[in-house]
Amino acid sequence: MSTIAKKKKAVKMDPTDIVQDLLKKYPTKVARKRAKQIMVNEAEGATTPEMGANVRTIPGIITMRGCTYAGCKGVILGPTRDIVNITHGPIGCGFYSWLTRRNQTHTETDADENFMTYAFSTDMNENDIVFGGEKKLKQAIQEAYELFNPKAIAVFSTCPVGLIGDDVHAVSKEMREKLGINIFGFSCEGYKGVSQSAGHHIANNQIFKHVLGTEGAVKVGEFKINLLGEYNIGGDGFEIDRILDACGITVVSTFSGNSTYEQFATAHNADLNTVMCHRSINYVAEMMETKYGIPWIKVNFIGAEATAKSLRKIAQYFDSPKLTERVEAVIAAEMPDIKTVMDDVRSRTEGKTAMLFVGGSRAHHYQELFNEIGMRTISAGYEFAHRDDYEGRHVIPEIKIDADSRNIEELEVEACTENYNPRKTEEELKKLEEAGFKFKDYAGMIPDMPNKSLVIDDVNQYEAEKLIEIMKPDIFCAGIKEKYSVQKLGIPLKQLHNYDIGGPYAGFKGAINFFRDIDRMINSKVWSYMKAPWQEKPELSATYVWE
Amino acid sequence: MTLLRHTPVEIKERKALSINPAKTCQPVGAMYAALGIHGCLPHSHGSQGCCAYHRSALTKHYKEPVSAATSSFTEGASVFGGQANLLQAINNIFTVYEPDVIAVHTTCLSETIGDDVPQITDKARQEGKIPEGKFVVSASTPSYVGSHVTGFANMVMGTLKGFSEKTGKKNGKVNIIPGFVEPSDMEELKRLATAMGVQTILFPDTSGVLNGPLTGEYKMFPDGGTTVPELRSTGDSIGTLALGEWASAEGAKYLDSTHKVPCKILDLPIGLKATDRFIDALRMITGRHVPDLIAHERGQLVDLISDMHQYFYHKKVALVGDPDQVIALTEFLTSIDMCPVHIVTGTPGKKFEARIKEITKDSPFPVNVKALGDMFLLHQWIKNDPVDLLIGNTYCKYIARDEDIPLIRHGFPIIDRVGHQYFPTVGYKGGLRLLEKILDALLTRIDRDAPEDCFELTY
Repeated sequence: MSTIAKKKKAVKMDPTDIVQDLLKKYPTKVARKRAKQIMVNEAEGATTPEMGANVRTIPGIITMRGCTYAGCKGVILGPTRDIVNITHGPIGCGFYSWLTRRNQTHTETDADENFMTYAFSTDMNENDIVFGGEKKLKQAIQEAYELFNPKAIAVFSTCPVGLIGDDVHAVSKEMREKLGINIFGFSCEGYKGVSQSAGHHIANNQIFKHVLGTEGAVKVGEFKINLLGEYNIGGDGFEIDRILDACGITVVSTFSGNSTYEQFATAHNADLNTVMCHRSINYVAEMMETKYGIPWIKVNFIGAEATAKSLRKIAQYFDSPKLTERVEAVIAAEMPDIKTVMDDVRSRTEGKTAMLFVGGSRAHHYQELFNEIGMRTISAGYEFAHRDDYEGRHVIPEIKIDADSRNIEELEVEACTENYNPRKTEEELKKLEEAGFKFKDYAGMIPDMPNKSLVIDDVNQYEAEKLIEIMKPDIFCAGIKEKYSVQKLGIPLKQLHNYDIGGPYAGFKGAINFFRDIDRMINSKVWSYMKAPWQEKPELSATYVWE
Repeated sequence: MTLLRHTPVEIKERKALSINPAKTCQPVGAMYAALGIHGCLPHSHGSQGCCAYHRSALTKHYKEPVSAATSSFTEGASVFGGQANLLQAINNIFTVYEPDVIAVHTTCLSETIGDDVPQITDKARQEGKIPEGKFVVSASTPSYVGSHVTGFANMVMGTLKGFSEKTGKKNGKVNIIPGFVEPSDMEELKRLATAMGVQTILFPDTSGVLNGPLTGEYKMFPDGGTTVPELRSTGDSIGTLALGEWASAEGAKYLDSTHKVPCKILDLPIGLKATDRFIDALRMITGRHVPDLIAHERGQLVDLISDMHQYFYHKKVALVGDPDQVIALTEFLTSIDMCPVHIVTGTPGKKFEARIKEITKDSPFPVNVKALGDMFLLHQWIKNDPVDLLIGNTYCKYIARDEDIPLIRHGFPIIDRVGHQYFPTVGYKGGLRLLEKILDALLTRIDRDAPEDCFELTY
């Protein structure tokens, strides 16, 4: 019997016509604005046209995006276990950012601090809004200090805090001096910036100003790196750590998956910064290079080949035959298992199509994993990325500062008088570059996308539904808000914010997990049950003859 | 290792710091209530993060699509007011998504700057942004007042204000405001009323909206929900039953004072006695006989209580959740000889503590109760006086694991289990389900801990 899954056929439409179809229902102004954020990829040979990104969402158009607070408190500081994070505001924001991102963390014993399971809030009431909440915030910090005796307390501003003029920085400073522990605040009100990206920036700036470089070296190792922009969703960071450890590479700090205060404070002791999520943290890598002389490279641990490539890149940087040998041994040991699963899964996924609308780097990185099982990405886009994440870093000087980005502080950084130490000489750098090694390089998503695929920034519910209707992907990747509306159409949705309950997907074991999960989702029997027999064949052509 | 390892046994009073809340903010409740209107798109007037958080929270709980729009405030809108954003949003929503109704709720942001949503809605109407036959209703839901339950109550009230009419001709129906309960509960309440032969207008009604079928077709506006003609007609009903004082009383009182539709405020019909009162109220309002079917279901519940009571007697329970749920559960547990000893709601309300004390006054154990409390305090109480069972939302699993207590998930949000949206806990049938869950939790524990020598086949 035919199934719905088998019946559906993608409509053959020219990509330019698809774009017109997506736009036609919009009011004129909306259509004009959205047109700048939707592009048919013609990257091959031609120069990439400008991609509209990091611009305001349109009121009333159902966006996937979240806010600055979510980016700051939820994404960046969420995975750090030993800072007491106090949300200053009414209860909601603290509640929604409580354990909801699947950040995992590892401690050895109960003696290790872990506050990630707690939600701390000033729970502002009407009185606090009218008369100001600074007094309550001070009291809350005092109570947190007395109850938990943490090494650091961070304060996160919600929307009303900025409006009523509570000065979280002044309160933090006063309490820092009073209690003698590090206390710092974040002006991450939800309305600042156009997406959670602004919150990442605000968070990282404050960590850079208040924590990074404040403690001496602790971790010893011959090959010391920082891993920037890896948040240990579903245990990704654990898997990357496992691989790096097997290679003999020491991770001084991870920003910020499975991290601790001490990792941030000692991060300046690494000899190389490796950047996973370019969007959320590339500026930290830049600032650390200026201040401490640590070079940075882009890596990607999503995809087995990508992982191998990233490991080789790190080994090449350190220029040690011993390291290269060990890296090759690890890759050689891991690849056979992956190949077995990859080949098996590929026999059922080859030629299938995917759409990815998520994050600031994942919609790019995960195309690697789909490629490895023979799947094609027919449309993709980011939720909160900037132009450079689409077009590559060469466009950064061209990006215009607008009213929203002006809100985000740009730190002036100089070389640190004590700790500036260029890790490589000019000659060494030159030699590496001549050998094809690329520092601070990210070419963006677009060059890796197939020709004529659709690149769409900040895709919304209406466009997503249209795209599915026209292009009929075999799987759609987005977040929880999108999951069930897509699945009602009979198309599986893989959450790439929190991986549903899956993961890790990073590294070698992660690739295996991902292949198996995609196989399960695409090939599950459930998608064939949409119609009852009487709906499949509504005409009653015969009746039973009862004996 | 423990998960909540920093929670001390010693309890110190906190004046400013809330830890592990037992509530969330108004707008999510308002969004949930608005989803119970047929053809409605909820709209969050604030920055887009609120809408994203609320949609996520509801989606994680119901595992269903939750559509809602936002005014996407920027810093400019936060300084100069959100009128332009809301006007644009209303126009875009009616053009692109074509709902019958937009239900706007405010946030702490728009409330702090003082946006007047009814005035902006009027302006939208004057400017022709609201098409003929379409509606915009609204509710003021500042996050810094009350809780998600308050937001639910305010949106119920705002919707009734926007729609209810009195034509002078009675419609012969009973309005039921079901409270902040599951879609399955709403469905069960309708089933019971139908069994009584009573015609009802149940609002909000999320059954068929947040427990919909998978058919290969996505309906942004599912078949369920209270329709606009029904909402209009609420002013002509013979009476209103408000289930749960915190979530439902305001709306019922509004219909009473504005349209002279008399109201009765009842507890949520969870458990034997509260369901008895609900059925009896339906009987008295409409003059209908209680059919044998309902008497039969009641009898089954009593039968099960008698079958199970040997396991329940004087077992201690800790309870946390919304006031309406917790009050009803406390009464039900007490009625089956269990002893709720630590009872917390995050929602404010002095009446809560008084009501719980009244229900538990004959308890053989001392009872701790707090409104505007949090789960940190509940956990400390449990450390000081351990319990046999914990009932609350998903977040309780951290306490349950650390203290090794069986947990029954009840309330909002439940984000680590699937299926609760299909099985009611209200009514006699809901009572059966609760009893089954309680006994299963207790006996699973006995099976786990029993030494091999006395591991039993039969209980």
